[in-house]
Amino acid sequence: MYAYLWQHLPGPTALKFVQAIVLFLIVVAVLFLWVFPWLVPLLPFNDVTVGAAAPIWLIGPA
Amino acid sequence: MAQGLTTADADGRDSVPPASSRRTWTVVSVLGEILMTIGVLLLLVVVYDLWWTNVVAEQQSASQREELQNTWRDQTNAASTLPIPAEAFGLMYIPRLKADVWGTPLIEGVEHADLAKGIGHFPDSAMPGEAGNAAFAGHRATNGEPLKNIDQLQLGDLVYLETGIGWYSYRLTGDKLVLPTDVWVVDPVPGQPPGTQPTQQLLTLITCNPRWGSTQRWVWWGELVDVRSKAQGPPDEVAQLAEGS
Repeated sequence: MYAYLWQHLPGPTALKFVQAIVLFLIVVAVLFLWVFPWLVPLLPFNDVTVGAAAPIWLIGPA
Repeated sequence: MAQGLTTADADGRDSVPPASSRRTWTVVSVLGEILMTIGVLLLLVVVYDLWWTNVVAEQQSASQREELQNTWRDQTNAASTLPIPAEAFGLMYIPRLKADVWGTPLIEGVEHADLAKGIGHFPDSAMPGEAGNAAFAGHRATNGEPLKNIDQLQLGDLVYLETGIGWYSYRLTGDKLVLPTDVWVVDPVPGQPPGTQPTQQLLTLITCNPRWGSTQRWVWWGELVDVRSKAQGPPDEVAQLAEGS
């Protein structure tokens, strides 16, 4: 799939390289700004409050 | 035998491989790319959690502190302030943890977003200086990690809370490792049956234990030892340490 993407990027190799980097950075930005802020609180790490037995993200902290 | 194998290999290289071999190659290479992509995504989650959440929390905490201090400066009627959910209503100073907890915003609420801006105040618990238990929770790892060095706290250490009304000094009286389900630690009188009328003004600080896990909670309790009005200015220790920095 990455080979297909590489073949369809226009221009010489150097330009393809720059485009690939930019595409990667866009993906990272989307992940850091929207996907991970939604995902990470759902993971059972770094809970610091006390609450009932159900997972904290289902019932909210006490 | 050896001669035959060499010939076959040479033939294979020169001619187009059979369709079934090409299909296998495609499946294997796509699978490999998916696995590598998952690996990179997992690494990015780690970078996000260990680094980026701290960068964001640092900015949010600084802007909350600045906003609050501006409000206090412009305010003519200080006593009229009730905490607004998800917003800062006070600042915390712990001399023992000066590098981490010094002017750290106290945010009303203990939701994930609240704890990413500072130290969260359990909404149903007492306000600083009130009879009962003023209960706070803070991250020990990621999201600004204000309580990352909670293991350095000692019996008798002082914790200062500043609000729009005044300064409240609490002396730490004890700590305990408890389970995440032990909600009694934030009761008005921790350890007594619910409904017991509080006579003391207590402080509770909660974070996770171990530092990178969530299996336990580390709780410190303290009791109010001094109250000062805003006009009287910060307690001596806070003023001295602030000058030194």
